[in-house]
Amino acid sequence: MTSINKSASQVWAEIVSNKKVGAYHHMVFQVGELATHAKPGNFVAIAVGGSNSAMVLRRAFAIYRTFDRGVTGGLLEIVVAPHGAGSTWLTNQNPGFKVDLIAPLGTAFGIPTQPVRALLVGGGYGSAPLFGLSEVLKSRGCRVDMVLGASTAMKIYAPLDGKRSVSSLTIATEDGSTGITGKVTDVIPGIIEANSIDIIYSCGPMGMLEAINKISSEFGIMHQCAIEESMACGIGVCMTCVLPMKGEDGQIRMLRSCIDGPVVDGDNVVWGAKRVIPEGTWGAN
Amino acid sequence: MFNYQTKLGQAEFSNPIFTASGCAGSGKELSQFFDISELGAIVTKSIMLKPRSGRATPRMAETPSGMLNSIGLQGPGIDLFLENDIPWLRDQGATIVVSIAGESVEDYAVLARKLRAVSGISALEVNISCPNVENRGQVFACHPTTARAAIEAVRRNIGGELPIIAKLTPDVTSIVEIAEEVVAAGADGLALINTVLGMVIDTNTMRPKLAGKTGGLSGPAIRPVAVRAIYQVHSALPHVKILGMGGVASGRDAFELILAGASAVSVGTATFGNPTAVMQIKEELKNELISHGFDSLQEAVGYAHRSEGNI
Repeated sequence: MTSINKSASQVWAEIVSNKKVGAYHHMVFQVGELATHAKPGNFVAIAVGGSNSAMVLRRAFAIYRTFDRGVTGGLLEIVVAPHGAGSTWLTNQNPGFKVDLIAPLGTAFGIPTQPVRALLVGGGYGSAPLFGLSEVLKSRGCRVDMVLGASTAMKIYAPLDGKRSVSSLTIATEDGSTGITGKVTDVIPGIIEANSIDIIYSCGPMGMLEAINKISSEFGIMHQCAIEESMACGIGVCMTCVLPMKGEDGQIRMLRSCIDGPVVDGDNVVWGAKRVIPEGTWGAN
Repeated sequence: MFNYQTKLGQAEFSNPIFTASGCAGSGKELSQFFDISELGAIVTKSIMLKPRSGRATPRMAETPSGMLNSIGLQGPGIDLFLENDIPWLRDQGATIVVSIAGESVEDYAVLARKLRAVSGISALEVNISCPNVENRGQVFACHPTTARAAIEAVRRNIGGELPIIAKLTPDVTSIVEIAEEVVAAGADGLALINTVLGMVIDTNTMRPKLAGKTGGLSGPAIRPVAVRAIYQVHSALPHVKILGMGGVASGRDAFELILAGASAVSVGTATFGNPTAVMQIKEELKNELISHGFDSLQEAVGYAHRSEGNI
């Protein structure tokens, strides 16, 4: 056997709940035993559109959290932004409907063995996987601060129980409709200094992750980020979601964000390489 | 007892449902979801002589009932492939069809030499039609002379009995003409069809969506093109075995390609949407054949070609 996709299984998962929260939908699925294998950072791939749909590809969503309630009752939750036809279809489905779901997929956030001071940064619905991560970090004795950012208040996803799981929560919106007016990167340096942050965990759009990595590099602290690349399969066979990453040997390779990610070490990403293959990439032609 | 076996050239397969090259890697990713030894064959991702990064991203755009891809043959190169992938596939008990792609006729010759002594391979798919290359002139299968040269190079160097299956593109004036050339050059079978060259323009950025601008269209959207190509080639060359592919997402779809003249069917894009699609299609096709009264797969191959007088 191989270690690729080793925890993943494909199930028909019943929608238990589907609630609109701001600009997003919080959706809960009954997934059974696979809930026990999911770790913060993993994602789920869901078929959309029903049978004979013209949408032939799955949609990938970061797992918000899971509940292990025994062999039949495991629950998996996601936060969906109905951007396109596929995610809109999904958010239009009612409780009781069953979807074809594969999970857990991809890498998870690395959890330090020693208690550390962690800063979790989420952009828009990218906050979703950070709440589960926060709970794991807290259980390991870590201090957890959180910064959430979005263009506007409706696009901040911060449920009450999630807020309770962190030591401090700072919200930044570009239009100032809630929290401070500005971007997450405006407040991160201050929090790093004030709380002696050891590591940043982030999830959100690529531009935000790149900007965070610049800050983490300046401070010389670790940065683990969950990247968002468009995928066709989510299981490593299509090779569409690749991104240039530096390996331990210093070699840049085009790695799959579904298998080698979505959680990666920010310092290993060759940032800003959209639409080009960076010079020196393995096998560049 | 229903006979599901099939042959391509001298190679025999327990059933006619294969993966499509470039849609199943080398099997490791899918092995979590099903036993890959149950496939008619795994057709590995087209491998080149040297490691290859492939094209820049974005590489993919979903389209109505299909998708456009512009991977550009990313892969580890033949040496690492032979070192890592083939032994693993043999250990799984998989039936292996290796797909190769070259940038020059000489590449095909070298690839064939590297593969001829490798045990455990049932057939060779010679991909001479990948659309994701910088220069359209490099698509060997677009011209009778280059198509012929690539297949001849493999034939001369492969030796022995290993069947050669030439993978062709429908993006030509006459696919029958190209098929006749490659068969004359020594191809034992034909893989029909590769993706169809297409383009998507992002209406927000108002530029081509893919970094490589053009990409290969696959999925159910191209199935009628595949059926047409298989039907035309089977009609012209009824004794040449065809590995059919193009938008097969169900047993019914596979049956359609069999009726057109395919002796085996590869499942590609459907795997992206559903990792177990290929196993479902294997069961569905068998049921489809039985329900139409066939005692064997072979009886159904090219059945749509029978004259009007026959029922």
